[in-house]
Amino acid sequence: MSHQPQQQSSGQPIAFVSAQALRARMHDAVNDPHLRQSFRGAMDFLMAKRAAQFPDQDELDSLRALSEGIRQYSLSKLPDLLEQLEANLTRNGVKVHWAETPDEANAIMLDIARRHSAKLIVKGKSMVSEEIEFNHAMEAAGVGALESDMGEYIVQLAGEKPSHIIMPAIHQTKQQIAKLFAEKIPGVDYTDNVDALIRIGRNVLRDKFESADIGLSGVNFAVAETGTLCLVENEGNGRMCTTVPKVHIAITGIEKIVEKLEHVAPLYSILTRSATGQAVSTYFNMISGPRKAGDKDGPEEVHLVLLDNGRSQAYADEQLRKTLQCIRCGACMNHCPVYTRIGGHAYGTTYPGPIGKIISPHLMGLEQTHLLATASSLCGACGEVCPVKIPIPELLIRLRGEANSAPHANPAMVGQGAAYDPKISFVWRMWARLYARPATYRAFSWLATRFRALTPRKQSGWTAARTPLQPASRRLRDMVKDRR
Amino acid sequence: MSARDRILTKLRAAQPAQPNAMPDLDAHYTPRVRGESKAERLARFRTGIESFHAEVHISSEADWPALLARLCADKQVATMLYGADTPAGQRLDQATFPATTLRPWSGQVEELKADLFHRVDAGFTQTRGAIAETGTLMLWSSEAEPRTLSLVPPIHFALLDADTIQPTFFDVLRTENWAAGLPTNALLISGPSKTADIQQTLAYGAHGPKELVVIVINAEGDAQ
Repeated sequence: MSHQPQQQSSGQPIAFVSAQALRARMHDAVNDPHLRQSFRGAMDFLMAKRAAQFPDQDELDSLRALSEGIRQYSLSKLPDLLEQLEANLTRNGVKVHWAETPDEANAIMLDIARRHSAKLIVKGKSMVSEEIEFNHAMEAAGVGALESDMGEYIVQLAGEKPSHIIMPAIHQTKQQIAKLFAEKIPGVDYTDNVDALIRIGRNVLRDKFESADIGLSGVNFAVAETGTLCLVENEGNGRMCTTVPKVHIAITGIEKIVEKLEHVAPLYSILTRSATGQAVSTYFNMISGPRKAGDKDGPEEVHLVLLDNGRSQAYADEQLRKTLQCIRCGACMNHCPVYTRIGGHAYGTTYPGPIGKIISPHLMGLEQTHLLATASSLCGACGEVCPVKIPIPELLIRLRGEANSAPHANPAMVGQGAAYDPKISFVWRMWARLYARPATYRAFSWLATRFRALTPRKQSGWTAARTPLQPASRRLRDMVKDRR
Repeated sequence: MSARDRILTKLRAAQPAQPNAMPDLDAHYTPRVRGESKAERLARFRTGIESFHAEVHISSEADWPALLARLCADKQVATMLYGADTPAGQRLDQATFPATTLRPWSGQVEELKADLFHRVDAGFTQTRGAIAETGTLMLWSSEAEPRTLSLVPPIHFALLDADTIQPTFFDVLRTENWAAGLPTNALLISGPSKTADIQQTLAYGAHGPKELVVIVINAEGDAQ
């Protein structure tokens, strides 16, 4: 029996597949040798590149501690900083909007699009826009939304979702992309030359940058003291989206904020080095307002949409709040043995991998997502590489506990107790009592060794892929006694 | 109650009574100060930005316009857009550019958008400075040098004064006190536009310039 979840405030499906199907999807992914090969290769490549960026362990330790400190400091002042950011952006001429749910965020942006009679929105990379299913919401209202990051463009053309937060099309081979371009882009012949493929994408998208009515982007860091939106990118599409169209809309989660401009220096450095193993990205774009009197280009209007969507729930709990330290580098997935084997799509959530396992329950509720935290060996690699030192393994254990504990009043999370099973809970309670009392435990182990032949051969999930467990013929304590 | 008020109320209810102590950035950066000479900073900048596929040419205050003209001819730049109302822009003379039409930016972007996207081969800008640690140029947009000048044309020529190269981005933010007043758009640029989104294969000229060419002046002597 599961706990009745509180109603999610948004009626729209945020997951693009049901998390209930997670086991079947993971099974399929593990049995796909092509997928495993491409992810293994890509993750090995990214791990080696990251390692090469941190030859000096002391520098890495110091920078991680500083980055963690900045993120925790920012979160400790979050409501104050949001108000400061709003005041400074407003002073700079940027319109600030607030949205609690994906529906609210989409409605705000659709309203802006309608006011400008927009036909085409050209998009820079934004995982928050994926989180709220922005493209679907716009298309349903008759407004085109076109991805312009090369990886995102490929994924959208293929009718798919990103499989990695930094490298969205990492699951596709160049041959698959070549076939896709030849099929979907008029006048394009098959070529699997990467330079030629990029040239094709460039030509298609340049026309769109020129003609789009609105540009949409995410935000990497929002600086409260100056009212500045910072964007990290290599391609230049982010600059195009935020510079060429008459209107720029930026969307971000409420947590992506720092107080001081100088706080972005260490965060930017550790972000690019952790993400793709680059010393620096090609562009760091700092936007502090729309076109001013005298300016010759830039958007005439700039909007920022601040999205909650479950983040305030994570914020309310001191331990879960650490989830919000994330700067979305993707290093946790690059180093995750589970992600490497199943790829990003199997998770069925916008954010895959370790960060997805700890953030998705806040965005979607535990009812839909409680299995995610169990898809981990708790090896600890994610926590070790995290540039802002989020204790991801600890949080996974916490989420397992939240999902499996008996429903109670004032839960920390929507869907608390979603995986609660009274029978299993009873067995564990008995085990805990047995284990806590030496005399009963001795008696139990004495009986278990004597009657080991009675152990059932079928042990539910355990024997699905393993030989049955059986107590040893002699107890450890007896063997130790013999040695003395 | 508005969404804004509901979000802020929820956060305020959970906010720690005391904020954390302000992070100590100096504790990280001060022990790592290199104390480089100007020449060493220039060398490090150059190694960095060349590793990102940018071209670097050392010239002088007197000679750079002629070098730029020669580079334009070599790269078959038929039209180059630039900001005329800058100290560097005023040094450009059509007479020294036999192979290239110099076009000063004039008017709002809407008036020259089609040309900018389809007929301009190169854009020329000054730079505010550079960062040695990462091989990065700094550009501040201005009335004279709009944002798209360094973005849309396939080649970006950038003029850099070696005296303005700083060790790190942190040093820049501190010593130049950027927090006191930023332009509409401040940019860090490290090489031409690129992507590795297809099978981790690096390709240049994704959406922005395919080539970044840096001309360095005042490379000699000590920093002022």
